[in-house]
Amino acid sequence: MPEQQYEPGTHPDLPPPFAASGPVKWVRENLFSSPTNIALTVLAMFFLYKIIPGMFAWTFTDATFVAADRNECRALNSGACWAFIAQRWELFTYGFYPETERWRVIITFVLFVATVILLLWEKCPGRQYRFIVGALFPMVALWLIVGGSSTEAALMAYAAALVVAYFVYQRFGHNLSARFWFSLLAFVLVAIGVYTLWTAMGWSMLEHVSTDKFGGFMLTLIIGVTGITLSLPLGILLALGRQSNLPIIKYACIGFIEFIRGVPLITLLFVASTMLSYFLPPGTNFDLLLRVLIMVTLFASAYMAEVIRGGLQAVPKGQTEAADAMGLKYGPAMRLIVLPQALKISIPGIVNTFIGLYKDSVLVIVIGLLDPLGIGQASLADTKWQGLSTEVYLFVAIFFFVSCYAMASYSRHLEDKLHTGHKR
Amino acid sequence: MSTEKIQQELGDVAIKIRQMHKWYGAFHVLKDINLDVHSGERIVVCGPSGSGKSTMIRCINRLEEHQKGDIIVDGVELTNDLKNIEAVRREVGMVFQHFNLFPHLTVLENCTLAPIWVRKVPKAEAEATAMQYLERVKIPEQALKYPGQLSGGQQQRVAIARSLCMSPKIMLFDEPTSALDPEMIKEVLDTMIELAQEGMTMICVTHEMGFAKTVANRVIFMDEGQIIEQNEPEEFFNNPQNERTQLFLSQILNH
Repeated sequence: MPEQQYEPGTHPDLPPPFAASGPVKWVRENLFSSPTNIALTVLAMFFLYKIIPGMFAWTFTDATFVAADRNECRALNSGACWAFIAQRWELFTYGFYPETERWRVIITFVLFVATVILLLWEKCPGRQYRFIVGALFPMVALWLIVGGSSTEAALMAYAAALVVAYFVYQRFGHNLSARFWFSLLAFVLVAIGVYTLWTAMGWSMLEHVSTDKFGGFMLTLIIGVTGITLSLPLGILLALGRQSNLPIIKYACIGFIEFIRGVPLITLLFVASTMLSYFLPPGTNFDLLLRVLIMVTLFASAYMAEVIRGGLQAVPKGQTEAADAMGLKYGPAMRLIVLPQALKISIPGIVNTFIGLYKDSVLVIVIGLLDPLGIGQASLADTKWQGLSTEVYLFVAIFFFVSCYAMASYSRHLEDKLHTGHKR
Repeated sequence: MSTEKIQQELGDVAIKIRQMHKWYGAFHVLKDINLDVHSGERIVVCGPSGSGKSTMIRCINRLEEHQKGDIIVDGVELTNDLKNIEAVRREVGMVFQHFNLFPHLTVLENCTLAPIWVRKVPKAEAEATAMQYLERVKIPEQALKYPGQLSGGQQQRVAIARSLCMSPKIMLFDEPTSALDPEMIKEVLDTMIELAQEGMTMICVTHEMGFAKTVANRVIFMDEGQIIEQNEPEEFFNNPQNERTQLFLSQILNH
C-alpha cells in the first residue's frame, strides 16, 4: 500500500503501526530476538520444567500437614513436613508470651494493621484523624503488650496530665507565657500525683508480661516497627546536624554517625546486653528489650542519616537560595522546601535501610532473645522433629520476604505518587 | 547608626552601597562598589562574564556576604544580624537565571508559600493574590500544574509572579532570560517591561540590550569586580567613555 502524501505542514497525528505493540512484539523482542536468545530461552524453559513440578510436589502435593512427629511425617509422605510448623505455629508467633494473655497481642496486631492502613492509604476514610491515631497507637500498644501496674501508672499519668494541662491552658492565665507555665505546672503535678496514686494502690487492669517472654514474629515486628518509626526522624536530625554551621553540633553528629557505622551491630547488641549494666548505677534494672530497641534504632539512624544526607546534597542549591531570598527562616525552609525533595530522592535508600534493619533484628538471637530464627533453631533441637531444617528456614524466609516485599512495593508506589515532573 | 537616622539621610534612596568589597577566599571579586539606587529607578547591569555582576546583586539580599563596606537596603543595614537580613529579604524580590521554582509544589503553592509563612497572610487571601499576579503574567490557567510541566518561559513568569506575591519594594533580576530559548525571551521581557512601567524599583543583570534601551534609567558596566562606567542608556550606548566599555559594546552589538 503506498504511503499517503500530505501537503507540507498538514500531516495529522496517526496511531502507531500495529506490529509495534502488544504481547507478540514483547515475546519476539525479548525471548526470540536472536539464535543465542532462542537457545537461552529454550534452555531456561527446560530447567523450569525440571525444577518447578518437583518444588510444587515437595511443597504441596507430597507434603504432610498433620502428624504427631517426624517419623509419622516420613511414613505418610515424601515431601515437606508442615505438621512441624503447624504444631509450633503459636511458638513462632508469640514466643513464650503466656497463653492466656495472647488475645492482647492479637488485638495489638489488628490495631497495628488498622493504623498502618490509616497512615499509608491516601483514600482511607477517617484519614483526618491519622495524627491522633498515630500518636495514640504506641501508647495503647505498650499498654496492651506489656501491661502491669507501673506501665499503666505511667500511661495514665501521662494521659491525665495531658488532659488537665490542656484544660488549664484553655482557661487560666491572662497571657500566653503565664498560660504556658500554669499548664506545665499542672502537667507535672498531675503526672506525679496520678503515677504515685496508681502504683501505691497497686491498681492493674492487665497482668504484667515481662519482655523476656516475647519472641517469634511478634518480637521481630516490635523491633522492626519501633526501629523504623524512630530511626527516620532521628536520621533526619542527624543529617541536618551534620550540615550545621555550628561546629559542636556538626562534629557531634559526625562522631556519632561514624562511630555507630564503624561498629558491627552484634557488638552494639552485646554492649546493650552486658556492658551497659557496668556504666549504669548499680541496682538500675534496665529492660533488655528496651536496650536492644535503643541500640537497633541508633544503628539504623546512623545509616539513615547518611542516606538522607545524600538526598539533601542532591537538592540544588538554588532551592535554598530561592527560599532564603523570600525571607523564609531555616526551619520552614528545610521543612517545606528542602526536606520534601531530599526525602523523595532518598526513598529507595530509606526503604533499603528499613529492610536492612528489619532483617537485622534476627541478630538479637546472640544475646538470648528468641526471634523466629531462634525459635526455629530451638525447635530443631527437639528429638521428635530432628532434621526438618529446610521447612523451618523456608517458613521463616517466607515471613521475612512477605513483609520486606510489602515495604518495597509501598515505596515504589510512593515514588510514583510523589513524582511531579516529566519522568526521566 | 540608628534606623531613623539612616532613613533621614537616605531620602528616597532604596539601596545604598558604600565602599563595598568582597572576596572569595583570596580572590578579590568586588572592589570598592559604590551605588545609590533611588525608588522607582530601573538599573541594568552588564559586563563580561566573571565581572561580578551577579555577585553584586546577590549581596543586596545577602545571598552573598560582603566583607567590607556598607549596604543599606530600604533603610536597613545588612549586617550579620539575622533580623536585619530577614527584614531586607521580605522587601526584596529576586528572580534567578534558573528560575529555582519548587518542583514538588504546584504553581499556586509556589506563589502562596512565602506570603503564608513569612507574611502570615491567611491561605485564602494569599491564593487570591497569587491568582491576581498569575493573571498579570498571563498564566492563570497553569495554577494547579507543577513547574516541571511548564515551558521555560512560563516557569520564569511564575518565578516573577512568585516574587511579586510578597509585594516587594525592590526586584532583583539575575540574568532572567539567559537560560531561555529565543522564542521565550520575549514573553519574559514583556512581563518585566510591564513591571518597570508600573514604577517598580528594579536592578537587572542582563545581556538584553534592547531591554536596557527600552526601560532602564541607568546602565552600569562592570568589569573585573569594579563599576567601570554608568550612564543613561542613550549616552551609554552611543557615547561610551571607557575603552573597556567600548570593547564590550562592540562585541555584543556587532555580530
